[in-house]
Amino acid sequence: MSVAVVEKPAVKPVAAEPQGGDRVVLISCSGDLEKVWATYIIATTAAAMGKDVMIFHTFWGFLPLVRDDVGTFGQNWMQKMMSRMNHGGISHMKLSQMNFGGVGKAMMMRLAKDKHDASPRELQQMARDLGVRLVPCQMSMDLMGITKDDLIEGVEAPVGAASMLAEAQGAITLFI
Amino acid sequence: MEATIALSLDLKGLSCPLPIAKTAQAIRGLQPGELLEVLATDPGSVPDFQAWSRSTGNSLLEQTEDAGVFRFVIKKKES
Repeated sequence: MSVAVVEKPAVKPVAAEPQGGDRVVLISCSGDLEKVWATYIIATTAAAMGKDVMIFHTFWGFLPLVRDDVGTFGQNWMQKMMSRMNHGGISHMKLSQMNFGGVGKAMMMRLAKDKHDASPRELQQMARDLGVRLVPCQMSMDLMGITKDDLIEGVEAPVGAASMLAEAQGAITLFI
Repeated sequence: MEATIALSLDLKGLSCPLPIAKTAQAIRGLQPGELLEVLATDPGSVPDFQAWSRSTGNSLLEQTEDAGVFRFVIKKKES
């Protein structure tokens, strides 16, 4: 029979209770360009405002963590086929509406460039520089057959929903 | 007596979130109490710098506009 060792919980000082404003958890669940873009705009801004920011990347929202130059990922034919239809890499995201086979996206990127807006890729780099934690969802990674070699640099070790929820406790949490 | 600007950032032409993000990056390199000057043209930067200042505790000492260019003088907070 095993005996669980129960540690006495540390007494939490009242003053240190998070106000819900010190930390931000963003759940990136969509691979749509505009949502990925918004996610990274919010992440960089929150980090700039001194907040501790984590982005949990899951389902199609995982794809921005894949390197732009990874053409096909996956271990079996279904995963490989999926990766051909739904490219990884933050530069390969498509608009959810008015993408028009990439023409709409090209126009959007051109307008953004003319207005000196940062691209999602630039924002992702900036997010890392500002200390935003990029966290992959283990289940999405396994589901799509993505390996660590397919990921951009600076990505943390994959975790599950429980880890994300533990981080989200008392934090500003957005599901995008 | 006017305090000396330790660093000046020209962020004219950039839009959200770059003025704030680049300011946050730049202020890391300053010592507490040093002054940072930021020039921006994004009209959204006016409310954003005020919100950023409130949120981070770095004080916004000056905020002026001249021919569409906004000038902010920020004092890095004492740690």
